[in-house]
Amino acid sequence: MANEKFDAIVVGAGPSGNACAYTLATRGLKVLQLERGEYPGSKNVQGAILYADALEKIIPDFREDAPLERHIIEQRLWMMDDKSYCGAHYRSEDFNEDKPNRYTIIRAPFDKWFSKRVVQAGALILCETTVTELVRDAHDKVIGVRTDRDGEAIYADVVVLAEGVSGLVGARAGLRSIPKPDTVALAVKEMHFLPRETVEQRFNLEGDEGVVIEAAGTITKGMVGTGFLYTNKECISIGIGCLISDFTESDQSPYGLLEAFKNHPSVKPLLAGSEVKEYAAHMIPEGGYKAIPQLFGNGWLIVGDAGQFVNAVHREGSNLAMTTGRIAAETILDLKTRNAPMTAHNLAAYKARLDESFVMKDLKKYKNLPKVLHNKHLLTTYPQLLSQAAQTWFRVDGVDKKSKENEIVKSFFRTRRVKGLLGDVLGMARGWR
Amino acid sequence: MSTETTTPVRVEDKLFQNRYLVDAGRPHITVTPHTVPSSRLLALTHVCPAGCYTQADSGQVEISTDGCVECGTCRVVAEPYGEITWNYPRGGFGVLFKFG
Repeated sequence: MANEKFDAIVVGAGPSGNACAYTLATRGLKVLQLERGEYPGSKNVQGAILYADALEKIIPDFREDAPLERHIIEQRLWMMDDKSYCGAHYRSEDFNEDKPNRYTIIRAPFDKWFSKRVVQAGALILCETTVTELVRDAHDKVIGVRTDRDGEAIYADVVVLAEGVSGLVGARAGLRSIPKPDTVALAVKEMHFLPRETVEQRFNLEGDEGVVIEAAGTITKGMVGTGFLYTNKECISIGIGCLISDFTESDQSPYGLLEAFKNHPSVKPLLAGSEVKEYAAHMIPEGGYKAIPQLFGNGWLIVGDAGQFVNAVHREGSNLAMTTGRIAAETILDLKTRNAPMTAHNLAAYKARLDESFVMKDLKKYKNLPKVLHNKHLLTTYPQLLSQAAQTWFRVDGVDKKSKENEIVKSFFRTRRVKGLLGDVLGMARGWR
Repeated sequence: MSTETTTPVRVEDKLFQNRYLVDAGRPHITVTPHTVPSSRLLALTHVCPAGCYTQADSGQVEISTDGCVECGTCRVVAEPYGEITWNYPRGGFGVLFKFG
């Protein structure tokens, strides 16, 4: 392999790396993909929701053989306090469509499938191979990589870093910094197995229909974070995550948080009788627009989680990963066609294309939100106020409705005062804009 | 509070579900020798999702990487301060997620 030269080397076989390698290989480029896991997916963790649109743009017929779990027909958003949740649910028959928009997936089998498609497209993949460093020429252009396989350099015109949120290569080469504790969340997750019929009965589902729950509130004990519960065919993925900076300042453990979430009275019955088959943890980039590193340079590009491409508000990540992987590949293909060298100047087209896509537009929209979310009242005080308000409203106890209304309004002003309420509302509005 | 578990959560019971290929004798993370642990190292004893970090009776923070799930949290917290060294396990070794 030392004597071989590739058009492109892709570091990592997650959604962004696979999207990139597939797009390059189908158009005839000579691609080498390097993955440190025993098989693609063995190191990867996600909730997981697949957004069809992003994959459809790469593999239009993916539904024919991709290992999909359930198509999502119902989304539940829960604001939780210790004893209750106050929810907004949206369920529609429209989501039972020929080509559903969102699916739950299980990452290990899904990544294996995606990788198989990459190989069929003509790329060469080496697993159990950790990239240790980038190789540069005298002009500081990246011209290849070294691995822990034999230490010899492997050369390519361009190296795409799809190495994930905690990738080492980019940081060691000084292309990006190690993520700061307040720009990444740590999430833990368990897989709870149940008979298929039980999942369907508990969540009011038929066939391959699925429900997802996103939850926030006192479940994160004052830290910035969220919980989730996704239905798969025969199991439930349940997890919770918070900013690492919040974890370090607290005395909470991630597994303690997960256990408390599982034992919440609104969650416990959904998991009753299940068998846990795996416990996983992963970091999630949450820094948004302002945490995005330099994305291109002489002979290199960064895609996916390594580039902090996660829309934390909408819980979107895999679609941003696939889209950045695809756009990186299209940029490379365009330069190849024009016989243009993979210089920083030419690869800047990648960033320009991203700016025109939903990826950057969405991240830019929420660029101030991470700061706003650091307001601890949002996830502690308000869920409690909301729960009290709902209970006051729904409990029938001889108190007249006007008095109940007054009591609810007063509870908000008493707790947060006019100034606090105004500040919270304005802060949210500014962050959302 | 009645809704919370009263017994402490044992992370070992959770890790027991997972598959690993341990690279015996070659830990991919090491703690830099110290006499008094920093607040960051102490935080890792509860933040590490696999409970790899523990405080010895003598006060120092130690690591056992066998149950590591390779999330990178300790790298983010402590590596920039030189308090740990952090690498991925050699290719093929470490945690093997069946589901992920």
